[in-house]
Amino acid sequence: MNIEMPNFLLALPEIFVLGMTCVLLVIDLFLKQQDRYLTYLLALFTLLVAAVLTLYGDSGERQITFNGSYVADSMSHVLKLGVYFAVFVVFVYAKDYLRDRNMFKGEFYILGLFGMLGMMIMISAHSLLTLYLGLELLSLSLYAMVALQRDSIHASEAAMKYFVLGAIASGMLLYGMSMIYGVTGTLQLDSIAERAVSGDRTLLAFGLVFLLVGMAFKLGAVPFHMWVPDVYHGAPTAVTLYIGSAPKIAAFAMLVRLLVDGMIDLHDQWQGILIILAVLSMAVGNIVAIAQTNLKRMLAYSTISHVGFLILGILTGTQSGFSASMFYALAYVLMALGGFGMIILLSRKGFEGDKLDDFKGLNRRSSWYAFMMLILMFSMAGVPPFLGFWAKLAVLQEVVAADMLWLAIVGVVFSVIGVFYYLRIVKLMYFDEPNSEEALQCSTDMRLLISANALMVLGIGLFPGALMAVCTAAFS
Amino acid sequence: MPELSDYLILGAILFSLSVAGIFLNRKNVIVLLMSIELMLLAVNMNFIAFSHFLNNIEGQVFVFFILTVAAAEAAIGLAILVVLFRNRRSINVEELDTLKG
Repeated sequence: MNIEMPNFLLALPEIFVLGMTCVLLVIDLFLKQQDRYLTYLLALFTLLVAAVLTLYGDSGERQITFNGSYVADSMSHVLKLGVYFAVFVVFVYAKDYLRDRNMFKGEFYILGLFGMLGMMIMISAHSLLTLYLGLELLSLSLYAMVALQRDSIHASEAAMKYFVLGAIASGMLLYGMSMIYGVTGTLQLDSIAERAVSGDRTLLAFGLVFLLVGMAFKLGAVPFHMWVPDVYHGAPTAVTLYIGSAPKIAAFAMLVRLLVDGMIDLHDQWQGILIILAVLSMAVGNIVAIAQTNLKRMLAYSTISHVGFLILGILTGTQSGFSASMFYALAYVLMALGGFGMIILLSRKGFEGDKLDDFKGLNRRSSWYAFMMLILMFSMAGVPPFLGFWAKLAVLQEVVAADMLWLAIVGVVFSVIGVFYYLRIVKLMYFDEPNSEEALQCSTDMRLLISANALMVLGIGLFPGALMAVCTAAFS
Repeated sequence: MPELSDYLILGAILFSLSVAGIFLNRKNVIVLLMSIELMLLAVNMNFIAFSHFLNNIEGQVFVFFILTVAAAEAAIGLAILVVLFRNRRSINVEELDTLKG
């Protein structure tokens, strides 16, 4: 029996992140509370080095290693860079919030990095087994992070709900995987794609339904969205920021890996299910968001509607549709980071700042940050020339190109409904009396980064070509 | 000699029982955790049956990973349960209703 040596170099970013996280775990044990910022700096350093490794490891061609379990292609490189960026921003935004609430502990960074490792593995997964392991590494880290604020009733309840529903989702996904394995007799995605052509269609479709239910749970698509608002609301804002941003990139990668790499031959079957998920998500997300008074809850419903748009691009089943969806995922993450970042900016010790009323008269307290929030809200609503507009436009164009004009119209109608609740925040900021005239308190790095974040939404919106080209190149 | 379909039917019954257990149970969070474990075991049953009848070892490897992850998942679930009990003094599913909207 000969054993083929895997090409470890391809997985160097993952190996590095794993090694550094374990080192961090040990170092953190020996640090006193006042030296804790060392953990924080090391975590940021890990992200920067991982980004450099990913950039230099990009050979431009698709390579598969570890006996067909791991793939490195241009999509995986771009998405991984997106994940590093998102986690970096989360760590910087979260620092003051955690410090004010006695949560500035190594656990946040270590769980955050392990979760990121899970996302990286999902992005590069090329077999059902690696996909499942990456997903579980991410989910288990997230469950623990939600419960990080141990004395909060809301956080522990949110963690329990997230855990139970997440575990059901994993179970569904696994049941689907077992059916797919039974029909094709393999776990590798490209062999599944080959053998699905001649496999038993009924059993494959049966497995596919379970896979899609599991993925819809993880994505938070209606009718499997019940956990999203509760978890976003109950978790500490720093953790909501993490859950709401980077994992969306990984979820997009999971959809592409399973449906496109593995089961493109069953496109007719999964397209119908995805259409239902997309329409319901856009409808429920945008309509229920109107009734919310808590900004975190409102952004949770807004996430659900954005997930609907993300699915629109994938269900077209064309290469340009996938790249439009990828553009949407990256754009959404940038906007979500800014949106939740603004809540953290408003919060201070003993004050969460997550009510809509807390945004009243923000213009009078700080006109610059009111303007930043205006950019973010306009972008999420899809007003030109901001980034969110181009993302929506790209996805809708692909839907029209795939001869589903009615679906594009549905998408436009619901996003017009959605504009209402984004503009309500702008109205609150500019035309209402503030509840308190207190100036915003936060550190300089946070101020600089959140301004940069919002200006990026504007800047990429003015020049969307470069990011679009990267996304197109990832699927060619 | 049992056929492949017999194993699959057993797996499906176990899976349905666990889903029913999760959605019907309104009293105790620990029962939820038990149902989740049962769900993963039903999947394991499927994988092992397929692996045996297809003469392919990969399914059994997958089962080992599922067992390991299930152990980690149970540990985290119970840890969250302890945190919840400390805060609420109750593990009744129906009382988990402070987050609404």
